[in-house]
Amino acid sequence: MKFTEDHEWLRAEDGLVVVGITEHASSQLGDVVFVELPEIDTKVAKGDEIVVIESVKAASDISAPLDGEIVEVNAAIVDEPGKVNEDPLGDAWFFKMKIDDMSALDDYMDEDAYKAFVG
Amino acid sequence: MTDLLRLPLHDLHVELGAKMVPFAGYDMPVQYSAGVMKEHQHTRTRAGLFDVSHMGQVVLRGDGYEQVARAVEALVPVNVMGLGENRQRYGFFTNDDGGIEDDLMLANRGDHLFVVVNAACKDGDIALMRAGLGPEISVDVIDDRALLALQGPEAEAVLAGLNSGVCDMRFMDVATLELDGAACWVSRSGYTGEDGFEISAPSEAAEALARRLLDHEAVAPIGLGARDSLRLEAGLCLYGHDIDTATSPVEAGLTWAIQKVRRSGGARAGGFPGASRILQELEEGASRLRVGLLPQGRAPMREGVELFAADEGGEPVGRITSGSFGPTVGGPVAMGYLPVELAAPGTTVFGELRGKRQPVEVAQMPFVPANFKR
Repeated sequence: MKFTEDHEWLRAEDGLVVVGITEHASSQLGDVVFVELPEIDTKVAKGDEIVVIESVKAASDISAPLDGEIVEVNAAIVDEPGKVNEDPLGDAWFFKMKIDDMSALDDYMDEDAYKAFVG
Repeated sequence: MTDLLRLPLHDLHVELGAKMVPFAGYDMPVQYSAGVMKEHQHTRTRAGLFDVSHMGQVVLRGDGYEQVARAVEALVPVNVMGLGENRQRYGFFTNDDGGIEDDLMLANRGDHLFVVVNAACKDGDIALMRAGLGPEISVDVIDDRALLALQGPEAEAVLAGLNSGVCDMRFMDVATLELDGAACWVSRSGYTGEDGFEISAPSEAAEALARRLLDHEAVAPIGLGARDSLRLEAGLCLYGHDIDTATSPVEAGLTWAIQKVRRSGGARAGGFPGASRILQELEEGASRLRVGLLPQGRAPMREGVELFAADEGGEPVGRITSGSFGPTVGGPVAMGYLPVELAAPGTTVFGELRGKRQPVEVAQMPFVPANFKR
Protein backbone atom coordinates (compact mmCIF):
# COMPACT_ATOMS: atom_id res chain seq x y z
CA MET A 1 0.00 0.00 0.00
CA LYS A 2 1.18 3.52 -0.82
CA PHE A 3 0.26 6.82 0.76
CA THR A 4 -0.03 10.43 -0.44
CA GLU A 5 0.67 13.60 1.50
CA ASP A 6 -3.08 14.25 1.23
CA HIS A 7 -3.68 11.17 3.41
CA GLU A 8 -4.99 8.94 0.66
CA TRP A 9 -3.96 5.30 0.43
CA LEU A 10 -3.42 3.57 -2.92
CA ARG A 11 -3.44 -0.17 -3.45
CA ALA A 12 -2.75 -2.04 -6.67
CA GLU A 13 -5.41 -4.67 -7.25
CA ASP A 14 -6.24 -6.59 -10.46
CA GLY A 15 -4.44 -4.07 -12.62
CA LEU A 16 -6.34 -1.16 -11.06
CA VAL A 17 -5.53 1.31 -8.29
CA VAL A 18 -7.94 1.32 -5.35
CA VAL A 19 -8.03 4.64 -3.47
CA GLY A 20 -9.28 5.48 0.00
CA ILE A 21 -8.36 7.71 2.93
CA THR A 22 -6.19 6.81 5.89
CA GLU A 23 -7.17 6.26 9.51
CA HIS A 24 -5.37 9.48 10.30
CA ALA A 25 -7.49 11.41 7.78
CA SER A 26 -10.72 9.81 8.93
CA SER A 27 -10.06 10.62 12.57
CA GLN A 28 -9.02 14.18 11.73
CA LEU A 29 -12.22 14.67 9.73
CA GLY A 30 -14.44 13.37 12.50
CA ASP A 31 -17.85 11.84 11.83
CA VAL A 32 -18.31 11.68 8.06
CA VAL A 33 -21.88 12.53 7.04
CA PHE A 34 -21.71 12.98 3.27
CA VAL A 35 -19.62 11.65 0.41
CA GLU A 36 -19.88 12.63 -3.24
CA LEU A 37 -17.97 10.37 -5.63
CA PRO A 38 -16.95 10.97 -9.25
CA GLU A 39 -18.89 9.51 -12.18
CA ILE A 40 -17.69 6.23 -13.57
CA ASP A 41 -15.71 6.48 -16.84
CA THR A 42 -14.50 9.98 -15.97
CA LYS A 43 -10.98 10.78 -17.14
CA VAL A 44 -9.14 12.58 -14.36
CA ALA A 45 -5.81 14.36 -14.05
CA LYS A 46 -3.60 14.16 -10.98
CA GLY A 47 -4.70 16.90 -8.57
CA ASP A 48 -8.30 17.19 -9.84
CA GLU A 49 -10.71 17.47 -6.92
CA ILE A 50 -12.97 14.52 -7.57
CA VAL A 51 -14.46 13.58 -4.18
CA VAL A 52 -16.30 15.78 -1.70
CA ILE A 53 -16.31 14.53 1.84
CA GLU A 54 -18.18 16.31 4.60
CA SER A 55 -17.96 15.66 8.30
CA VAL A 56 -20.11 17.24 10.98
CA LYS A 57 -17.37 19.84 11.24
CA ALA A 58 -16.35 20.75 7.72
CA ALA A 59 -16.14 19.97 4.02
CA SER A 60 -12.97 18.71 2.36
CA ASP A 61 -11.94 17.55 -1.07
CA ILE A 62 -10.03 14.53 -2.18
CA SER A 63 -8.01 14.87 -5.35
CA ALA A 64 -7.07 12.32 -7.94
CA PRO A 65 -3.66 10.92 -6.93
CA LEU A 66 -2.74 10.00 -10.53
CA ASP A 67 -3.78 10.60 -14.12
CA GLY A 68 -6.26 7.97 -15.21
CA GLU A 69 -9.86 6.90 -15.56
CA ILE A 70 -12.40 6.17 -12.83
CA VAL A 71 -13.75 2.68 -13.42
CA GLU A 72 -15.61 1.89 -10.23
CA VAL A 73 -16.89 3.80 -7.19
CA ASN A 74 -18.01 2.57 -3.76
CA ALA A 75 -21.72 3.41 -3.54
CA ALA A 76 -21.84 1.90 -0.03
CA ILE A 77 -20.06 4.91 1.47
CA VAL A 78 -22.52 7.27 -0.22
CA ASP A 79 -25.38 5.37 1.42
CA GLU A 80 -23.57 5.04 4.74
CA PRO A 81 -20.91 7.74 5.08
CA GLY A 82 -20.17 6.57 8.64
CA LYS A 83 -18.32 3.56 7.15
CA VAL A 84 -15.48 5.94 6.33
CA ASN A 85 -14.85 6.27 10.07
CA GLU A 86 -15.41 2.61 10.82
CA ASP A 87 -13.23 0.95 8.21
CA PRO A 88 -11.28 3.52 6.19
CA LEU A 89 -8.61 1.06 5.05
CA GLY A 90 -11.00 -1.70 4.08
CA ASP A 91 -14.70 -1.59 3.20
CA ALA A 92 -14.72 2.19 2.86
CA TRP A 93 -12.56 2.49 -0.25
CA PHE A 94 -13.59 5.43 -2.46
CA PHE A 95 -12.90 4.59 -6.10
CA LYS A 96 -10.86 2.40 -8.44
CA MET A 97 -8.92 3.90 -11.29
CA LYS A 98 -7.20 2.60 -14.37
CA ILE A 99 -3.80 4.14 -15.01
CA ASP A 100 -1.38 3.76 -17.87
CA ASP A 101 1.71 3.02 -15.90
CA MET A 102 1.47 1.29 -12.53
CA SER A 103 5.03 2.35 -11.74
CA ALA A 104 3.62 5.83 -11.03
CA LEU A 105 2.65 4.39 -7.64
CA ASP A 106 6.31 4.18 -6.73
CA ASP A 107 6.45 7.96 -6.36
CA TYR A 108 4.34 7.73 -3.20
CA MET A 109 5.29 6.95 0.39
CA ASP A 110 5.33 3.46 1.79
CA GLU A 111 3.76 2.75 5.17
CA ASP A 112 6.86 3.56 7.22
CA ALA A 113 7.39 6.83 5.39
CA TYR A 114 3.73 7.75 5.84
CA LYS A 115 3.86 6.96 9.56
CA ALA A 116 6.87 9.24 9.86
CA PHE A 117 5.05 11.89 7.81
CA VAL A 118 2.01 12.04 10.13
CA GLY A 119 4.25 11.79 13.16
CA MET B 1 -0.10 33.94 17.79
CA THR B 2 -1.36 35.65 20.92
CA ASP B 3 -1.46 33.54 24.06
CA LEU B 4 -4.71 31.70 24.55
CA LEU B 5 -6.39 32.17 27.89
CA ARG B 6 -6.89 29.06 29.97
CA LEU B 7 -10.00 28.38 32.02
CA PRO B 8 -10.30 26.62 35.39
CA LEU B 9 -11.16 23.23 33.87
CA HIS B 10 -8.38 23.25 31.26
CA ASP B 11 -6.38 20.38 32.77
CA LEU B 12 -9.51 18.28 33.19
CA HIS B 13 -10.36 18.68 29.50
CA VAL B 14 -6.88 17.59 28.47
CA GLU B 15 -7.08 14.63 30.86
CA LEU B 16 -10.43 13.66 29.30
CA GLY B 17 -8.84 13.57 25.85
CA ALA B 18 -10.31 16.79 24.51
CA LYS B 19 -9.16 18.29 21.26
CA MET B 20 -8.46 21.88 22.29
CA VAL B 21 -8.96 24.75 19.83
CA PRO B 22 -8.80 28.53 20.06
CA PHE B 23 -12.24 30.08 20.53
CA ALA B 24 -12.84 33.75 21.36
CA GLY B 25 -9.30 33.95 22.72
CA TYR B 26 -9.64 30.89 24.96
CA ASP B 27 -8.25 27.40 24.63
CA MET B 28 -11.48 25.40 24.50
CA PRO B 29 -12.52 21.75 24.06
CA VAL B 30 -14.15 21.32 20.63
CA GLN B 31 -14.69 17.60 21.11
CA TYR B 32 -13.61 14.67 23.24
CA SER B 33 -12.69 11.18 22.07
CA ALA B 34 -16.33 10.18 21.45
CA GLY B 35 -16.63 12.76 18.67
CA VAL B 36 -19.27 15.34 17.80
CA MET B 37 -21.95 12.91 16.65
CA LYS B 38 -21.88 10.68 19.74
CA GLU B 39 -21.59 13.69 22.05
CA HIS B 40 -24.63 15.24 20.40
CA GLN B 41 -26.68 12.05 20.72
CA HIS B 42 -25.58 11.56 24.30
CA THR B 43 -26.87 15.01 25.23
CA ARG B 44 -30.23 14.34 23.55
CA THR B 45 -30.69 10.97 25.24
CA ARG B 46 -28.82 11.19 28.57
CA ALA B 47 -26.89 14.17 29.97
CA GLY B 48 -23.96 16.20 28.67
CA LEU B 49 -21.59 18.40 30.66
CA PHE B 50 -20.34 21.54 28.91
CA ASP B 51 -17.69 23.97 30.11
CA VAL B 52 -18.78 27.44 29.03
CA SER B 53 -16.56 29.34 31.42
CA HIS B 54 -15.40 31.54 28.55
CA MET B 55 -18.73 33.35 28.64
CA GLY B 56 -18.97 36.66 30.46
CA GLN B 57 -20.63 36.71 33.86
CA VAL B 58 -21.53 40.15 35.17
CA VAL B 59 -23.34 41.33 38.29
CA LEU B 60 -25.18 44.64 38.11
CA ARG B 61 -26.02 46.38 41.37
CA GLY B 62 -27.65 49.62 42.35
CA ASP B 63 -30.08 50.75 45.00
CA GLY B 64 -32.18 47.62 44.68
CA TYR B 65 -33.28 45.50 41.73
CA GLU B 66 -35.77 48.03 40.38
CA GLN B 67 -33.15 50.71 39.89
CA VAL B 68 -30.86 48.29 38.08
CA ALA B 69 -33.68 46.95 35.93
CA ARG B 70 -34.80 50.44 34.96
CA ALA B 71 -31.26 51.32 33.88
CA VAL B 72 -30.83 48.08 31.90
CA GLU B 73 -34.08 48.72 30.03
CA ALA B 74 -32.29 51.65 28.35
CA LEU B 75 -30.02 49.09 26.65
CA VAL B 76 -32.39 46.19 25.88
CA PRO B 77 -35.94 46.05 24.45
CA VAL B 78 -36.90 43.60 27.18
CA ASN B 79 -39.21 43.82 30.19
CA VAL B 80 -36.49 43.67 32.84
CA MET B 81 -38.46 45.51 35.52
CA GLY B 82 -41.25 42.97 35.29
CA LEU B 83 -38.92 40.00 35.61
CA GLY B 84 -39.89 38.09 38.74
CA GLU B 85 -37.44 37.41 41.53
CA ASN B 86 -35.41 34.26 40.81
CA ARG B 87 -36.46 34.29 37.17
CA GLN B 88 -34.33 34.58 34.07
CA ARG B 89 -35.12 35.98 30.64
CA TYR B 90 -33.42 36.09 27.22
CA GLY B 91 -32.60 39.49 25.73
CA PHE B 92 -30.22 41.43 23.53
CA PHE B 93 -28.35 44.70 23.52
CA THR B 94 -29.49 46.75 20.53
CA ASN B 95 -27.65 49.52 18.69
CA ASP B 96 -28.87 52.85 17.30
CA ASP B 97 -29.52 51.23 13.92
CA GLY B 98 -31.78 48.62 15.50
CA GLY B 99 -29.18 45.89 15.08
CA ILE B 100 -28.04 43.50 17.79
CA GLU B 101 -24.79 44.12 19.70
CA ASP B 102 -25.03 40.82 21.59
CA ASP B 103 -27.60 38.46 23.01
CA LEU B 104 -27.62 37.62 26.70
CA MET B 105 -29.41 36.11 29.66
CA LEU B 106 -30.74 38.38 32.41
CA ALA B 107 -31.57 36.99 35.86
CA ASN B 108 -33.33 38.74 38.73
CA ARG B 109 -31.37 37.52 41.75
CA GLY B 110 -33.25 39.55 44.36
CA ASP B 111 -31.05 42.51 45.12
CA HIS B 112 -29.09 42.42 41.86
CA LEU B 113 -29.22 41.49 38.20
CA PHE B 114 -26.95 38.72 36.92
CA VAL B 115 -26.19 38.70 33.21
CA VAL B 116 -24.36 36.19 31.04
CA VAL B 117 -22.98 37.41 27.71
CA ASN B 118 -21.09 35.85 24.81
CA ALA B 119 -17.34 35.35 25.18
CA ALA B 120 -16.47 37.10 21.93
CA CYS B 121 -18.55 40.16 22.87
CA LYS B 122 -17.89 40.47 26.56
CA ASP B 123 -15.38 43.31 26.49
CA GLY B 124 -17.71 45.34 24.28
CA ASP B 125 -20.72 44.48 26.42
CA ILE B 126 -18.97 45.50 29.61
CA ALA B 127 -17.96 48.82 28.06
CA LEU B 128 -21.49 49.27 26.76
CA MET B 129 -22.97 48.63 30.22
CA ARG B 130 -20.44 50.87 32.00
CA ALA B 131 -21.18 53.69 29.57
CA GLY B 132 -24.92 53.15 29.33
CA LEU B 133 -26.12 52.29 32.82
CA GLY B 134 -25.10 55.50 34.57
CA PRO B 135 -23.00 56.09 37.68
CA GLU B 136 -25.53 54.63 40.13
CA ILE B 137 -25.13 51.12 38.73
CA SER B 138 -22.02 49.09 39.43
CA VAL B 139 -20.85 46.68 36.74
CA ASP B 140 -18.89 43.87 38.40
CA VAL B 141 -17.22 41.39 36.10
CA ILE B 142 -17.20 37.98 37.75
CA ASP B 143 -13.84 36.44 36.92
CA ASP B 144 -13.62 33.99 39.81
CA ARG B 145 -16.41 31.68 38.75
CA ALA B 146 -16.55 28.94 36.14
CA LEU B 147 -19.73 28.28 34.16
CA LEU B 148 -20.90 24.74 33.48
CA ALA B 149 -23.98 23.50 31.66
CA LEU B 150 -25.56 20.13 32.35
CA GLN B 151 -28.02 19.38 29.57
CA GLY B 152 -30.25 16.51 28.58
CA PRO B 153 -33.21 14.43 29.78
CA GLU B 154 -31.24 12.98 32.71
CA ALA B 155 -29.80 16.32 33.83
CA GLU B 156 -32.38 16.81 36.59
CA ALA B 157 -31.89 13.34 38.06
CA VAL B 158 -28.11 13.73 38.02
CA LEU B 159 -28.09 17.17 39.63
CA ALA B 160 -30.77 16.14 42.14
CA GLY B 161 -28.20 13.66 43.46
CA LEU B 162 -26.20 16.68 44.63
CA ASN B 163 -29.10 18.87 45.71
CA SER B 164 -32.75 17.87 45.46
CA GLY B 165 -33.66 21.57 45.33
CA VAL B 166 -33.12 21.51 41.58
CA CYS B 167 -36.34 19.51 41.17
CA ASP B 168 -38.37 22.50 42.36
CA MET B 169 -37.00 24.70 39.58
CA ARG B 170 -38.84 25.12 36.30
CA PHE B 171 -37.57 26.41 32.97
CA MET B 172 -35.83 29.79 33.44
CA ASP B 173 -35.89 29.70 37.26
CA VAL B 174 -32.69 30.72 39.04
CA ALA B 175 -31.53 29.78 42.54
CA THR B 176 -28.43 29.74 44.72
CA LEU B 177 -27.87 26.11 45.64
CA GLU B 178 -25.09 24.26 47.40
CA LEU B 179 -23.58 21.70 45.03
CA ASP B 180 -20.69 19.56 46.22
CA GLY B 181 -20.12 22.01 49.08
CA ALA B 182 -19.96 25.14 46.92
CA ALA B 183 -22.53 27.91 46.63
CA CYS B 184 -23.58 27.80 42.98
CA TRP B 185 -25.80 30.12 40.96
CA VAL B 186 -28.02 27.73 39.10
CA SER B 187 -30.51 28.41 36.32
CA ARG B 188 -32.76 25.91 34.60
CA SER B 189 -31.83 26.81 31.05
CA GLY B 190 -29.36 26.04 28.31
CA TYR B 191 -28.45 26.14 24.65
CA THR B 192 -29.39 22.71 23.41
CA GLY B 193 -33.21 22.58 23.30
CA GLU B 194 -33.06 20.03 26.10
CA ASP B 195 -33.99 20.39 29.74
CA GLY B 196 -30.97 21.23 31.83
CA PHE B 197 -29.10 23.61 34.06
CA GLU B 198 -26.44 26.26 33.81
CA ILE B 199 -24.24 26.41 36.89
CA SER B 200 -21.98 29.26 37.91
CA ALA B 201 -19.54 27.74 40.39
CA PRO B 202 -16.60 29.25 42.27
CA SER B 203 -13.47 28.57 40.18
CA GLU B 204 -11.71 26.69 42.95
CA ALA B 205 -14.69 24.32 43.34
CA ALA B 206 -15.46 23.84 39.65
CA GLU B 207 -13.15 20.94 38.88
CA ALA B 208 -14.35 18.85 41.83
CA LEU B 209 -17.95 19.58 40.87
CA ALA B 210 -17.32 18.69 37.23
CA ARG B 211 -15.62 15.43 38.23
CA ARG B 212 -18.49 14.56 40.53
CA LEU B 213 -21.00 15.12 37.72
CA LEU B 214 -18.85 13.15 35.26
CA ASP B 215 -18.67 10.28 37.75
CA HIS B 216 -22.37 9.71 37.11
CA GLU B 217 -22.77 7.06 34.43
CA ALA B 218 -25.36 9.18 32.58
CA VAL B 219 -22.97 12.11 32.10
CA ALA B 220 -20.38 12.60 29.35
CA PRO B 221 -18.25 15.66 28.60
CA ILE B 222 -19.43 17.53 25.51
CA GLY B 223 -17.37 19.93 23.41
CA LEU B 224 -18.16 23.07 21.47
CA GLY B 225 -18.72 21.06 18.27
CA ALA B 226 -21.79 19.29 19.62
CA ARG B 227 -22.88 22.45 21.41
CA ASP B 228 -23.16 24.04 17.97
CA SER B 229 -25.09 21.19 16.31
CA LEU B 230 -27.42 20.95 19.34
CA ARG B 231 -28.26 24.65 19.32
CA LEU B 232 -28.71 24.64 15.55
CA GLU B 233 -31.26 21.80 15.73
CA ALA B 234 -32.95 23.73 18.55
CA GLY B 235 -33.24 26.77 16.24
CA LEU B 236 -31.20 28.97 18.57
CA CYS B 237 -29.15 31.86 17.20
CA LEU B 238 -25.37 32.03 17.38
CA TYR B 239 -24.25 35.62 17.77
CA GLY B 240 -21.92 36.83 15.02
CA HIS B 241 -23.47 34.34 12.60
CA ASP B 242 -27.29 34.26 12.76
CA ILE B 243 -27.56 37.66 14.39
CA ASP B 244 -25.17 40.60 14.36
CA THR B 245 -24.95 44.37 14.46
CA ALA B 246 -26.82 44.61 11.13
CA THR B 247 -29.73 42.26 11.89
CA SER B 248 -32.73 43.55 13.80
CA PRO B 249 -34.55 41.40 16.37
CA VAL B 250 -37.64 41.44 14.12
CA GLU B 251 -35.68 40.15 11.13
CA ALA B 252 -34.15 37.52 13.38
CA GLY B 253 -37.57 36.28 14.53
CA LEU B 254 -36.84 37.21 18.13
CA THR B 255 -39.98 39.32 18.64
CA TRP B 256 -41.12 36.90 21.37
CA ALA B 257 -38.33 38.34 23.52
CA ILE B 258 -39.74 41.90 23.24
CA GLN B 259 -42.59 42.03 25.71
CA LYS B 260 -45.71 44.17 25.15
CA VAL B 261 -44.74 46.69 27.78
CA ARG B 262 -41.75 47.76 25.63
CA ARG B 263 -43.72 47.93 22.36
CA SER B 264 -45.76 50.82 20.99
CA GLY B 265 -48.68 51.43 23.32
CA GLY B 266 -46.93 49.73 26.24
CA ALA B 267 -46.30 51.49 29.55
CA ARG B 268 -42.53 51.62 28.89
CA ALA B 269 -42.58 51.59 25.10
CA GLY B 270 -39.28 52.26 23.36
CA GLY B 271 -36.45 53.88 25.26
CA PHE B 272 -33.80 51.44 23.97
CA PRO B 273 -31.25 51.96 21.18
CA GLY B 274 -32.75 51.59 17.72
CA ALA B 275 -36.32 51.75 19.07
CA SER B 276 -37.66 53.66 16.06
CA ARG B 277 -36.67 50.92 13.60
CA ILE B 278 -37.53 48.02 15.89
CA LEU B 279 -40.95 49.38 16.91
CA GLN B 280 -41.77 50.16 13.29
CA GLU B 281 -40.76 46.65 12.19
CA LEU B 282 -42.87 45.18 14.99
CA GLU B 283 -45.87 47.03 13.53
CA GLU B 284 -45.20 46.59 9.84
CA GLY B 285 -42.96 43.53 9.64
CA ALA B 286 -39.41 43.29 8.36
CA SER B 287 -38.52 42.82 4.70
CA ARG B 288 -36.39 39.74 5.39
CA LEU B 289 -36.62 37.03 8.04
CA ARG B 290 -34.46 34.39 9.64
CA VAL B 291 -35.83 31.00 8.65
CA GLY B 292 -35.13 27.34 9.23
CA LEU B 293 -33.83 25.55 6.14
CA LEU B 294 -33.74 21.88 5.23
CA PRO B 295 -31.36 21.27 2.32
CA GLN B 296 -32.93 18.49 0.26
CA GLY B 297 -30.45 15.74 -0.38
CA ARG B 298 -27.66 14.82 1.96
CA ALA B 299 -24.97 17.44 1.51
CA PRO B 300 -24.73 19.90 4.41
CA MET B 301 -25.01 23.57 3.45
CA ARG B 302 -22.89 25.72 5.69
CA GLU B 303 -22.59 29.39 6.59
CA GLY B 304 -22.09 31.56 3.52
CA VAL B 305 -24.01 29.42 1.01
CA GLU B 306 -26.03 31.79 -1.17
CA LEU B 307 -29.74 31.21 -1.69
CA PHE B 308 -31.62 31.78 -4.95
CA ALA B 309 -35.31 31.90 -5.83
CA ALA B 310 -34.90 29.66 -8.89
CA ASP B 311 -32.70 26.75 -9.93
CA GLU B 312 -30.91 28.95 -12.45
CA GLY B 313 -30.31 32.63 -13.13
CA GLY B 314 -31.04 35.62 -10.97
CA GLU B 315 -29.18 37.26 -8.11
CA PRO B 316 -28.92 35.70 -4.63
CA VAL B 317 -31.99 36.44 -2.48
CA GLY B 318 -30.49 35.31 0.79
CA ARG B 319 -27.70 33.52 2.57
CA ILE B 320 -27.21 30.67 5.02
CA THR B 321 -25.90 31.91 8.37
CA SER B 322 -25.48 28.54 10.14
CA GLY B 323 -25.61 25.08 8.69
CA SER B 324 -24.38 21.60 9.39
CA PHE B 325 -25.46 18.02 9.61
CA GLY B 326 -28.08 17.55 12.32
CA PRO B 327 -27.30 14.28 14.08
CA THR B 328 -30.79 13.97 15.62
CA VAL B 329 -32.56 15.07 12.42
CA GLY B 330 -30.34 12.66 10.51
CA GLY B 331 -29.73 15.10 7.68
CA PRO B 332 -28.54 18.58 6.90
CA VAL B 333 -30.11 21.51 8.74
CA ALA B 334 -29.47 25.22 8.38
CA MET B 335 -30.78 28.66 9.08
CA GLY B 336 -30.48 31.83 7.10
CA TYR B 337 -32.21 34.95 5.88
CA LEU B 338 -34.77 35.20 3.07
CA PRO B 339 -37.08 37.94 1.77
CA VAL B 340 -40.41 37.75 3.61
CA GLU B 341 -42.23 36.58 0.46
CA LEU B 342 -39.99 33.48 0.35
CA ALA B 343 -39.95 32.87 4.10
CA ALA B 344 -43.09 30.77 4.58
CA PRO B 345 -42.47 27.17 5.66
CA GLY B 346 -42.80 24.84 2.69
CA THR B 347 -41.31 27.32 0.22
CA THR B 348 -38.54 25.87 -1.95
CA VAL B 349 -35.45 27.96 -2.62
CA PHE B 350 -32.07 26.88 -3.98
CA GLY B 351 -28.68 26.88 -2.33
CA GLU B 352 -25.57 27.00 -4.49
CA LEU B 353 -23.14 24.30 -3.46
CA ARG B 354 -19.90 23.77 -5.41
CA GLY B 355 -21.42 25.56 -8.40
CA LYS B 356 -24.64 23.53 -8.44
CA ARG B 357 -28.00 24.73 -7.16
CA GLN B 358 -29.76 22.29 -4.87
CA PRO B 359 -33.30 22.63 -3.51
CA VAL B 360 -33.71 23.82 0.08
CA GLU B 361 -37.04 23.79 1.88
CA VAL B 362 -38.01 26.55 4.32
CA ALA B 363 -38.97 24.79 7.55
CA GLN B 364 -40.33 25.54 10.99
CA MET B 365 -37.82 25.72 13.82
CA PRO B 366 -36.91 24.10 16.10
CA PHE B 367 -35.92 21.12 13.98
CA VAL B 368 -36.08 18.97 17.09
CA PRO B 369 -38.92 19.60 19.60
CA ALA B 370 -37.81 21.46 22.72
CA ASN B 371 -37.78 19.38 25.86
CA PHE B 372 -38.05 22.01 28.60
CA LYS B 373 -39.63 21.55 32.03
CA ARG B 374 -42.12 24.44 31.98
